Parts: sequence; structure tokens; C-alpha cells
Amino acid sequence: MRAPAALLGALLIAAPAIAQNVAAPDYAEVSLSDPAKEKQALALMDSIRCVVCQGQPVSGSNADLAGDMRRVIRERIEAGESPEQVRAWLVSKYGDWVSFKPPLEARTAPLWLVPLLALMAGLWLLVRRLKWDRLKGTRG
Amino acid sequence: MKRGLILWLPLALILILFAVFWVGLHRQENHDIASQMVGKALPEFTTPAALPGLPGASTALFRDGRPRLLNIFASWCVPCVAEVPVLMRLKGMGVEVVGIAVHDTTPALDQFLTRNGNPYARIGSDDQSRIQLALGSSGVPETFVIDGQGRIVKQHIGVVGEGDIPELLALLGKQP
Repeated sequence: MRAPAALLGALLIAAPAIAQNVAAPDYAEVSLSDPAKEKQALALMDSIRCVVCQGQPVSGSNADLAGDMRRVIRERIEAGESPEQVRAWLVSKYGDWVSFKPPLEARTAPLWLVPLLALMAGLWLLVRRLKWDRLKGTRG
Repeated sequence: MKRGLILWLPLALILILFAVFWVGLHRQENHDIASQMVGKALPEFTTPAALPGLPGASTALFRDGRPRLLNIFASWCVPCVAEVPVLMRLKGMGVEVVGIAVHDTTPALDQFLTRNGNPYARIGSDDQSRIQLALGSSGVPETFVIDGQGRIVKQHIGVVGEGDIPELLALLGKQP
């Protein structure tokens, strides 16, 4: 009985020393220790395009470069940058194409305007139709 | 008659919309991602030598007044083999080519250079693609022309071919 207890004690004493010998985490695959920051990093990774496997976000790609981009994203967020600052840094390197979140500018305005116009056209048609039905109703 | 046509209009519009989606989804889209760093200063980096025999590279080196080529490559990259003879020719014309080996190992690089020849004056290793990301480079091979003040003049995406030599020489300020 005594020997295992001593062993356990030795392990408990040694544990911090062992922990210190472990290399710094590789943020390409390892989560940040702060859950709030990790959540921010993951959300950003979902909206950053992998530049070698172009249809995928960096969060879902096995490519080396995607892992390297995840690492940089986690490191920068760990260092206190906001997700939008990190996005801006990537855009400054690769252009808007690297981000799945298009900026609002003249070229991309239809993305927001077309659904709005379609909704307005639909409402107009509906209102017209209802009015027409009411007119017909009063007549008949 | 006119009223009948108007009733079919929404359906026609929807069909057109779906046709656009279908074409968009099936188009082979794999276009080059141009670096936004062209025209800007080379980002700060210092990289260790990838091989014992050749020095590594750093940004400071590129500010000594001599224009150079910065070639992003890897021994595991199949197309990179194709551009080695062209880089060798450029080397023969007095162009200094600085290599950045991405995700590589010393033995693999050694084998690559023994088999294909060595056009590089220096090779730095970039194990975590940090230099590649800082340059806005999205793959291998890519070649950047850096002027004597350390400014990025051009990004060439993909294999450098024989036909690219005159343009590269002109940008490097050399006579063909």
C-alpha cells in the first residue's frame, strides 16, 4: 500500500515540472485556453477562405496552409486583436477574396439591394392583388 | 393576351435565376489570388537556413541595392521541378535567386537540389508558412521580384517559364 502512495506523491510533485516541459501548443490544431477567445477565433475561421482549397473555409480544410492560417488567427486573437482586425490583416495580404464576408461597396451593393427590391416588388404585387380582389368583391 | 404573358413573367424570372445559380455552381473556379503586397515593402522576416551549406534570408538583405528574385518553393511541389532550369538560366545571367522552402525538411531539400540542380544563392525555411502569409502568397511555386530597396515589384504565380525571362530581366534592371 505504501509504495503506490509514495509513487503517487512523487508524481504529484513532478507533475508541474512535466507540464513545464511540454512544448507551447500548436494553435493550428489546439484550442485557445480562453473559451471566449476560442469562440471568436472559430467564428473567424469559418469566414476566412482557405487560399489553396478555395471553396472551403480555413476551419474545415486539411491543407497545410489552412492550418498555418488557423495558427496565425489564434495567435493574433490570443495576443488581443479583435477578429475584425485579424480579418483586415488577411484582406491586406490577399484582398477581399480571402473573406467570406463581402464589404459593402458599390460593386457589392446588389447583394443587399436585390433582396430588398425583390421584397418590395413582392409586397407591391400582393397589395395590388388584394385591392383588386376587394374591388371584384364589392362588384359581385 | 398581354395579361397572360405578365402572369408567366415571375416563373420566367425564377427560371433565369436558377440558371444563373446552376452556372455559378458548376463553373470551374480556381482563379489565382493576387497578392495585395505588390508595390509595398517586403514584410519583415528573418528565416533560418534550410540547408547547412547555404545561408538563410532576411528582409534586410533585400535593401542593399541589388534587385533579386524571391522564389517560394518546396521539394514536395511537383511543378517546382519544372522551373528549376529556368531559374538556373537566370542565375547564369547574374540574377540572385533567394529561395523560401515551405514545409520542407533538410534531407528532402538536399535530394531535390541534387536531382534538379541548385539555382539558389540562399534558402530560408518557412515551416509554418509565416513568410508566405506575410507575402500574400497562396501556393508554390510563386516568384516575387524585389527591387534594390526591398520593395515588391511583381508577383509571378505558378511556374516561371522560358517566356517569362525577358520580363523578369527587365524588372530586375538587367539587359537580356
